[in-house]
Amino acid sequence: MKLITAVVKPHMVDEIKAALRAIGVRGMTVSEASGSGRQRGHTEVYRGAEYTVDLVPKIRIEVLAEDGDADRVVDTVVGAARSGDQGKIGDGKVWVVPVETVVRVRTGERGPDAL
Amino acid sequence: MNGADTAFVLISAALVMLMTPGLAFFYGGMVRVKSALNMLMMSFISLGIVTVLWVLYGYSLAFGDDLGAGLLGNFDHIGLKGISPETLTGGKEGIPVFAFALFQLMFAVITPALMSGALADRVKFSAWAVFITLWVSVVYFPVAHWVWQADGWLFKLKVIDFAGGTAVHINAGVGALAAVLVVGKRIGFKKDPMRPHSLPLVMLGAGLLWFGWFGFNAGSALAANGTAANMALNTQVATGAAMLGWLAYERVRHGAFTTLGAASGAVAGLVAITPAGAAVGAFGAILIGLVAGAVCAWAVGIKFKLGFDDSLDVVGVHLVGGVIGTLLVGLLATDGVGGLTQLGRQAAGAFSVMAYSFVVSWLLAELVDRTIGLRAAEDDELGGIDQAFHAETAYDFSAVGGVSATRGGGHPAVPGHAAPGRDDESGTQDKQANKKVDA
Repeated sequence: MKLITAVVKPHMVDEIKAALRAIGVRGMTVSEASGSGRQRGHTEVYRGAEYTVDLVPKIRIEVLAEDGDADRVVDTVVGAARSGDQGKIGDGKVWVVPVETVVRVRTGERGPDAL
Repeated sequence: MNGADTAFVLISAALVMLMTPGLAFFYGGMVRVKSALNMLMMSFISLGIVTVLWVLYGYSLAFGDDLGAGLLGNFDHIGLKGISPETLTGGKEGIPVFAFALFQLMFAVITPALMSGALADRVKFSAWAVFITLWVSVVYFPVAHWVWQADGWLFKLKVIDFAGGTAVHINAGVGALAAVLVVGKRIGFKKDPMRPHSLPLVMLGAGLLWFGWFGFNAGSALAANGTAANMALNTQVATGAAMLGWLAYERVRHGAFTTLGAASGAVAGLVAITPAGAAVGAFGAILIGLVAGAVCAWAVGIKFKLGFDDSLDVVGVHLVGGVIGTLLVGLLATDGVGGLTQLGRQAAGAFSVMAYSFVVSWLLAELVDRTIGLRAAEDDELGGIDQAFHAETAYDFSAVGGVSATRGGGHPAVPGHAAPGRDDESGTQDKQANKKVDA
């Protein structure tokens, strides 16, 4: 199994969620995050005092998938998260890591059955 | 008794009262979340303390008959002794002294509250309460007497201070500067970002101030007449112009029209027109506003250069704005009053109040600091003085999907114990079993 984590622009969340639902993904974890990458922060001015905000607001979406499904999930997220055709700096990142096992708390099921 | 004037002054008193909560929000929005309540309370407490002091002896010291040198009123009206509903100001056509005393009380309340913005985030609340008790007694009441009582020495010098440019704004601005020099900088000043936590609150507060200021300025005519109307109009005109002046400066200097700039410019204009508005025409009001807006926008940067931490720019807005209005009225006053002679009088008024207020405010701050301590403990300052002194926090976000949310309401969250029967569906993998990705 794989854990697919995507850190994306906050306003893209609904679109990504819909795209994942469309390919049959039922479960996901969405949390607020902040970070910085190649997209540098922005400057805010308060009475002339400038503050550089270098950690910008992001949303983190986590999805557990079986090994064979991981690529498709990744492609779906990337497709939905990209701004326009070309994409823009700050669109985010997606990464995949192996997962040893997963347990459904309610039933105690393990592995793929718990997804 | 003049009923129309009485009604106008009573309503004006209520308008001025609203300025103190307005100020509380203006300042409260500008601080960080961890000290938002304390900022509100530093203004609010003045409504309690100064109100009581005013009837005990403040009114008497400010507006009682002069002790002799034009420096202080006598003690004849302690506890408002000798004043009844029938006591009128200025003969049969006057207004009840109670109405005048109530109106002036609101000025006494807001003036020490103005200083609080300079001391944001780092002062013990008890020490602040003691400080403003001493400050209004030794600084504000006498200076109000100097400026507004017919026997006061600045009044006799013909200094124009229609609604409090010297007695309120210069006085509070300088007092704030002195207190800042005693208290010192916030931990992290010039290093950590100290962004305003809620600019909408700042705008709300500025709006309430602007609204209440009609009572502050026009009400100072103490009559529903042409002077009050002229003052009300100039209040609006100068404030609008000052907002534009501040925004124009910002756009040129920093590249954006900020919300905080609009709110600050408006307040700077209100301050600057306060001493001047009854003595200038509409063009004078526009000029005073534009100058005050632009110059105050420039002045708020001074603290970074000089290194004193006037947190919310009480000096840059109230002192500088007050001085601008007080001096410009000397030049711009209509009816043949304006000119270099009047400018000299205005300067004498402004600088004597500055000198007195600075020295005495500094001594009082030192006195409080060396006895009960003015500065909050380092841990309290870092952790937030809301919790340290008020046992509260401004906002509780935990109930919105947070860990302490309980089901069905009514059950207090006990750390480490989930509410019985809790079925957490808020989270992660879907409750529907065995649904796989449709590969």
